[in-house]
Amino acid sequence: MTFEEIREKLAAKFGERIGALAPANKDSWLVVPAADIVEICRFMKDELAFDCLMNLSAIDWPKRNQIEVVYHLWSYSKLHSFILKVQLDRAKPEVASVEPVWKAADWLEREQYDLLGVNFTGHPDLRRIMMPDDWVGHPLLKDYKEQASWHNISTTRENSLEAYVRLDEFLKKAAEKKEQPS
Amino acid sequence: MANNYQGDFGSVITSRTSFIDEIINLARKSSIFYLLFGLACCGIELMQTGGPRADIDRFGSVPRATPRQSDLMIVAGTLTYKMAERCRLLYEQMAEPKYVISMGSCASCGGLFQYAYSVCKGVDKLVPVDIYVPGCPPRPEALTEGLMRVQDKIIRERWFSDRQKVGQPKPSLGVDYQV
Repeated sequence: MTFEEIREKLAAKFGERIGALAPANKDSWLVVPAADIVEICRFMKDELAFDCLMNLSAIDWPKRNQIEVVYHLWSYSKLHSFILKVQLDRAKPEVASVEPVWKAADWLEREQYDLLGVNFTGHPDLRRIMMPDDWVGHPLLKDYKEQASWHNISTTRENSLEAYVRLDEFLKKAAEKKEQPS
Repeated sequence: MANNYQGDFGSVITSRTSFIDEIINLARKSSIFYLLFGLACCGIELMQTGGPRADIDRFGSVPRATPRQSDLMIVAGTLTYKMAERCRLLYEQMAEPKYVISMGSCASCGGLFQYAYSVCKGVDKLVPVDIYVPGCPPRPEALTEGLMRVQDKIIRERWFSDRQKVGQPKPSLGVDYQV
């Protein structure tokens, strides 16, 4: 099935909640309401044979004040694909988890929670996956400021040339200290 | 002239060690057991170094799977913040005297990934590093050279002296290591 055929099937089922496909050079996508995402995903899995959630990612749009969550779906049995997007409020990004539909969403949603702070309600185990549990901030947000240190480990490294100058002075001072007592 | 190791950093200790020290050090430097700690692609080269072609066993160096039996930790690969705590824990579990080789660019300074959010910028921010082996990843020959430099370090040591004075930061390019 082509994108347009899939969109028509969705529109027949969900009516006005399904808008038009976004024009794109290659793969067009469909923006769906965030409240309906689980319902739509379950329909697509059961009726349209989308048995694989290829990827679940998110995009930060500070100017539009939005966070978009993108669902790339793939059907191994019918060999067609589709792209869904939901648009969330940037201040409080929250969307229902599709983990009950595809188990693959478990870690993918954890990743988006970790990197962009999207809160997936109904997720069984929403923890950070790449960063440590007590890390502050979400690294892929556009306005992310990395904390200066974590557990006494500084998160920056000085230019090694400057470091060598500093080390050289340190050694000189140590040598002077050594000479003084004798 | 009972200088300890810490006071003589960076300089070659020219004074002769005592005879018993030499005997002990000869035994120590010929049985450096290293901790298997491959974190990324450097781990593959670490395996190669233990393999038949580079054969680090010629120097009496064999892999150990537990830090409690190891003398040398070869940090091979990209160290993430999540792994950093484990790395420090493993280092603390090793018995003194212990040595650390930072293998490859990633372990030395974060390397290619130093601007990534999850990568620790050098293992010397956690533990004192004895030898840095540059390369991405270093060839087994380079790591063997690093091991020989550790042996050079060991043979010059006095057995009964403190290796590290507690509370005194070891000078290194990492800024924030404290014992």
